[in-house]
Amino acid sequence: MPGRRIETGRAKIFAAQTGHEAMKASEEDPEKARRFREAALPYLDDAYTLARYLLRDANDAEDAVQECFLRAYKHFDSYRGPAMKPWLFTILRNVCRAEYARRADIKTGAIEDVADSAEATPLWHEAQETPEAQMLREKDSAAIRRLIASLAEPFRETFVLREIQNLSYREIADVAAVPVGTVMSRLARARAMLRSAWLAEQEQAK
Amino acid sequence: MTCEEAEVLLQALIDGELDAGHAREVENHIAGCPRCAALAKDYRAMSRVIADKGASYTAPPELRRRIEAALPQPRAAPNRRAVLRGFALGSAVSAMAATGLVAIILRNDDKTRIQSELVSAHLRSLQAGHLTDVLSTDQHTVKPWFNGKLDVAPPVIDLTAKGFTLIGGRLDYVDARAIGAVVYRRRQHVINLFVAQTSDIERHAARTSARQGFNIRHWSNHGLNFWAVSDLGADELAEFGDKFEAAMKSAAS
Ligand SMILES: [Zn+2]
Repeated sequence: MPGRRIETGRAKIFAAQTGHEAMKASEEDPEKARRFREAALPYLDDAYTLARYLLRDANDAEDAVQECFLRAYKHFDSYRGPAMKPWLFTILRNVCRAEYARRADIKTGAIEDVADSAEATPLWHEAQETPEAQMLREKDSAAIRRLIASLAEPFRETFVLREIQNLSYREIADVAAVPVGTVMSRLARARAMLRSAWLAEQEQAK
Repeated sequence: MTCEEAEVLLQALIDGELDAGHAREVENHIAGCPRCAALAKDYRAMSRVIADKGASYTAPPELRRRIEAALPQPRAAPNRRAVLRGFALGSAVSAMAATGLVAIILRNDDKTRIQSELVSAHLRSLQAGHLTDVLSTDQHTVKPWFNGKLDVAPPVIDLTAKGFTLIGGRLDYVDARAIGAVVYRRRQHVINLFVAQTSDIERHAARTSARQGFNIRHWSNHGLNFWAVSDLGADELAEFGDKFEAAMKSAAS
């Protein structure tokens, strides 16, 4: 929901979470910074992609990614694994959770509530009415992004981590802090919903 | 196996996360169930279309700049010999350091600083004994030498027949990152061709600029940044760049 708050408020909210002004002054370690750049910055696009899908807002995504990298830098000394990408994603996800909570304050109907009710509905639902004979047609990148963005949380998150970020089930489970079984059932629902939306859209286009 | 079970296990089958036993069970179910078979086909098609068309985003340069600006700046680059010693050690530590050097994404915003670092690297290379780490006019010797030292080995192209003699390759350090340098000579002039990976895969046409009495010709293509640095005149350096690009193009086709 763009334009629902003023521009200057946003940066403050994210910055307040780590107070990274203070970090800058106290952790001037160029060698650490160099190692961090080499290890973490290659995943900037990946992190930005995940944030775009989680927050569905370009500006919020930028702020969240910046916050994520600064937090990651702060904790880089104690980083021992997992792989850099899932590690960054775990941090990014926490940043985005904080943003969800804040949005829930602003707007009634928290995103989490919607997600829970969606998860409770049976898997079964979407796919069954689709005629088997129908062919799934190609879509361009913008249409695919829009469809994925339309998925409800937490299915969107699971789907993006798997299909766009190529994380393993184990890594997704760790990032989302859920059992692997939950990853699988969320993925099943995500794919079923996406397929329905995909087919429904090409049905309309006829 | 019920359809509901199959539908969950189907995900793991598609994603290659299922053990052989379960995979066979799911495949058996699909073979006898048109509905689940249709799902499997469509899910695979969706994955393929998403992979083909791409659904990821590119971080805005401004975001990269903001993050960079918030991190402490790197100190002066360690000298090249130290880097090479690191590689020569061959220990687990240096292997890790080497893989850490992979993501050689030179930022576009700091063009001036990079140019002056390139000229410094060029000048260092002209000191006695510093020009090449591998001395060979044979591209088939120079190219494999880079393997394992850099994430992406620079293309090594023999242009001797075109008037630019290949004389070797070198590992250098620019913008606090390891970078490959392919060394050519025309008459008494040395040309260092620095090659680094870039996140930008678009082709950018060559531009020549002058710095501290040297010419720098920069272009990018196929996700690689090229800088040819030399005291050659701008026209001859352009000739070098054009011949290199043409040879690379014909090598690819
Ligand atoms: Zn079935």
